[in-house]
Amino acid sequence: MHSTEYDSELVKAGASAQGAFGQTAYFLRRYPLGAIGAVIMALFVLAALFADFITAYSPLSTDAALSLAAPSRAHWLGADYMGRDIYSRIVYGARISLAVGLGSTGLGCALGVVVGLVSGYLGGWVDLIAQRVMDILQALPLLVLALVMAAALGPSLWNTIFAISIPLIPAIARVIRSNTLALRELAFVEAAQAIGMSELRIAARHILPNTVAPLIVLATAQLGAAILTEASLSFLGLGIPEPHPSWGRMLSESAAEYIRTAPWLVIFPGLAISLVVFGTNLLGDALRDILDPRERG
Amino acid sequence: MGAYLVRRFGLMLLTLFGISVIIFVLLRVVPGNIVDILFDSAGMVNPAEKVKIEKELGLDLPIPQQYAAWIGGLVHGDLGYSYVSEKPAIAEIAPRIPVTAKLAAMALAFSVLIGVPFGVISAVRQNSAADYVLRVLSLSGLSLPSFWLGLLMLMGFVAWFGDMPIYTEPPATLWDELLLYAAPAAAVGFRSSALVMRLTRSSMLEVLRQDYIRTARSKGASASSVNYHHALRNAMLPVVTVIGLEAAFLIGGLIVTETVFNIPGVARFLVEAIRTRDYPIVQNLVMFIAVVVVVVNFIVDMLYAVLDPRIRYSG
Repeated sequence: MHSTEYDSELVKAGASAQGAFGQTAYFLRRYPLGAIGAVIMALFVLAALFADFITAYSPLSTDAALSLAAPSRAHWLGADYMGRDIYSRIVYGARISLAVGLGSTGLGCALGVVVGLVSGYLGGWVDLIAQRVMDILQALPLLVLALVMAAALGPSLWNTIFAISIPLIPAIARVIRSNTLALRELAFVEAAQAIGMSELRIAARHILPNTVAPLIVLATAQLGAAILTEASLSFLGLGIPEPHPSWGRMLSESAAEYIRTAPWLVIFPGLAISLVVFGTNLLGDALRDILDPRERG
Repeated sequence: MGAYLVRRFGLMLLTLFGISVIIFVLLRVVPGNIVDILFDSAGMVNPAEKVKIEKELGLDLPIPQQYAAWIGGLVHGDLGYSYVSEKPAIAEIAPRIPVTAKLAAMALAFSVLIGVPFGVISAVRQNSAADYVLRVLSLSGLSLPSFWLGLLMLMGFVAWFGDMPIYTEPPATLWDELLLYAAPAAAVGFRSSALVMRLTRSSMLEVLRQDYIRTARSKGASASSVNYHHALRNAMLPVVTVIGLEAAFLIGGLIVTETVFNIPGVARFLVEAIRTRDYPIVQNLVMFIAVVVVVVNFIVDMLYAVLDPRIRYSG
């Protein structure tokens, strides 16, 4: 079983973790890497929320005089070939990246939970069909399936979110299903059945809350994958369309030409992608240690 | 084992059939078909000609009939014709396969050669400074998009050698080819090596906790003998499954990396074909990728049963 009794575990371990402040301090000491990840993520979320206040230029306004300008005091990270300020584009790009990352992970998790819960709880032919469909979705690499779906749907923000969410379903559904199978046999489910609770209600009120811990761990891992996939799709020109400031799009193929002439166009957007994904990975590892003690090593 | 093999093989065929249906339908719901695109680029406006082209390409038939024609052809080794070059699809795809295969093999070798030793070091010295550094490195490996890593490498080449190792003409010798593929293979392999390292580490830690390791230690076996002779051999078993995972992982990396390094392999060709809506190429390439992934996973499953005598599949 998953132990989400974080507080009691702390007390047992003899940690002085009273109150919100004490717990935060404990988290920082026990999981320094996870704390760094949380800080990185918080910075990107704040940048996305307050992009209007921390940038001096519009990410879309062009200026021929500034074409391929090197980093300077006015334009910290330089400008692209259309003279757009790179710093502004990266800050606004955080919105796109996080919107697609969180949107597709959220949608993928929601669909995966439904499939996993129904297939694990009902079993029988529903389970059989659901499992085969998951097999099919899993047989294609994430990027290949997302690529074909994005091309079929056409480039737009919502289509990109949808195209990335579908390949994320199988991993979520598999974990939720195996958890549901284990939980279904436990006494509290039998008790709920004995007092005449409907199957649907048992699945939603008793099984689902017990699968939250593994879901959080998995969702954090998928978030990084989703952000990377958006960057790859946009890099290949099949994700977020111009003029939206997507980090992957900023690195699009012409980047190979800018390597000699304007390396800042290549360095900074890639740094932003790597940093945000690094943050999700650090956070994900710490969450797994906390929420899924079986995996602790 | 025999019955399991048959059942597993049947499921594999079922999966491939499902993929073929999904890909086919997905490509047919694409807004704006190839005929419109051909028309736009050729500047033709005659609707009668449009109907004629649609008929020639078989696009006027109902989707199930088009699907049956494709699968029927596949069985006979006829993949149809590319819309763009009008050459047989097989002639377009086949010569590109060895390029990607070599690149993938080099990337896989790179990821195992880097990932396994560092994973072992990280596990043996758990919670030491070396372990922390290696874990952070492997996490950063998983975080770097491989196309960006490729671009950074090109940047390094420009800074130090003043030139980029980008594919411009077919390499003359095997040595030239290896040199040309080394950078892209490292860009793809670095990401995979992080995956291999993490799995090796956790598998090694699992094994090091076993009773027989304690027995080996207490009978006085040296630390290196315990780590490498007793533990590593058993820890490598789960790592074999990584190769199955890697097949899918590597293909994702190859798609973007071949684009960065301008390598004429199947992965970059897929992106080009998707952009030009060249359905016969796209559907056959995606099918090819699916077959590779599914077959590799099938072989890994079987290999796993052979390597681990505790696993005996029944029925």
